[in-house]
Amino acid sequence: MFVTSAFAQESAPAVEGGHTGTEGDTHSGTGVPAEAHGVFPPFDPATFPSQLVWLAITFGLFYLFLKKVVMPRVGGIIDVRNDRITQDLDQAARLKGEADAAVAAYEQELAEAKTKANAIGQQANDAAKAEAEAARKKVEAALDQKLGEAEARISTIKANAMKEVGTIAEDTASAIVEALVGGKASKAEIAAAVKSVAR
Amino acid sequence: MAADKVDPIHQFHINKLIPIEIGGYDLSFTNSALFMVATVAVASAFLYLSTSSRSLVPSRLQSVSEMAYEFVGNMLRDAAGTQGMKFFPLVFSLFMFVLVANLLGLFPYFFTVTSHIIVTFGLAALVIGTVVVYGFMKHGLGFLKLFVPHGVPVYLLPLVVLIEVISFVSRPVSLSVRLFANMLAGHITLKVFSGFVVSLSALGTLGIAGSVLPLAMAVALTALELLVAFLQAYVFAVLTCMYLNDALHPGH
Repeated sequence: MFVTSAFAQESAPAVEGGHTGTEGDTHSGTGVPAEAHGVFPPFDPATFPSQLVWLAITFGLFYLFLKKVVMPRVGGIIDVRNDRITQDLDQAARLKGEADAAVAAYEQELAEAKTKANAIGQQANDAAKAEAEAARKKVEAALDQKLGEAEARISTIKANAMKEVGTIAEDTASAIVEALVGGKASKAEIAAAVKSVAR
Repeated sequence: MAADKVDPIHQFHINKLIPIEIGGYDLSFTNSALFMVATVAVASAFLYLSTSSRSLVPSRLQSVSEMAYEFVGNMLRDAAGTQGMKFFPLVFSLFMFVLVANLLGLFPYFFTVTSHIIVTFGLAALVIGTVVVYGFMKHGLGFLKLFVPHGVPVYLLPLVVLIEVISFVSRPVSLSVRLFANMLAGHITLKVFSGFVVSLSALGTLGIAGSVLPLAMAVALTALELLVAFLQAYVFAVLTCMYLNDALHPGH
């Protein structure tokens, strides 16, 4: 393209040789047919049939090759990739769903366990309270009983003591009467007198 | 021969490599045909080999093929809807063919297939032919509604229909001339600036120093041509998609 004479020598030396007689022409030294001299090459009708035929052959083959081989292949590659991406996205979504479900299940179990633990704690608390209450009642009952016993004993002791107090008073009274009056008061009189005083 | 060396038209000459003549027509295997074969071979080989491993995670080359495939696919789907996807192989092969032909043309000494109007016109005629044939096959005479826009007053209709017909007929011309002219002009400009480098360098030290400027220009133009190679393939494919949309939905 830059030094085109070299190209002409490369590609069509034989034809060039045949046209050296027309050196004065601007298009000399090329393979242009004699009748086409002076015509701007892209507008030279003499080359049209050949170019059209070869264009039809080459482009036709190219079209068929692309349609039958290349495009199904490239389209297939792209489809496979898109399918794969969709599939992977689906799988990722599924896995995320599973993870979410697992988290939810965990949360639920945790909540359940908490409730259960609370219930157990409450139960234990109640049981302990009940036990303590029972023990307290038992102890109280025992204490009450002991208190009753003690009170009964005290009252008997007191009664005995009072009885003895009466006897002592009677003895003392009879002794006093004897000493003061010098006679003997009957036992019954003294007892009645002591009783009336004690009241 | 010094003038010949910088002849910017020289690169567009067709040279017969294998002379073939059938029925009075000259169907020789020329350098143009050789580069059509090269274009098809390079594009096919690239697409085939880069995708041969069918990796789930693509290699660089495989992702280039996939990007081209999806790029054209999205382009067609945006322009013509999902119904248009039946033309995907056509649009994809047009895009790849034009792109690879343009890119191969950027190599020094290489022939640019798309710099010949008959080639671009052949491709454009294929597109318009597909549009017309498919349009009539699918919609019958309803395809002619393409030329009758909605909501136009009756007295304006003949004029509008005439304009629509002219615009439709000029499509293959504009489609082919756009690509052809871009490639032709770009390559001529490149050649002219590169020719300056050669001519100036022959003038001694001062000339060599002076040739830096056109050389920088040639480098910049090469970058521009690379852009144009992509852009024109894209434009060709986009317009193909839009014309195919007309075949699918002629009622505007």
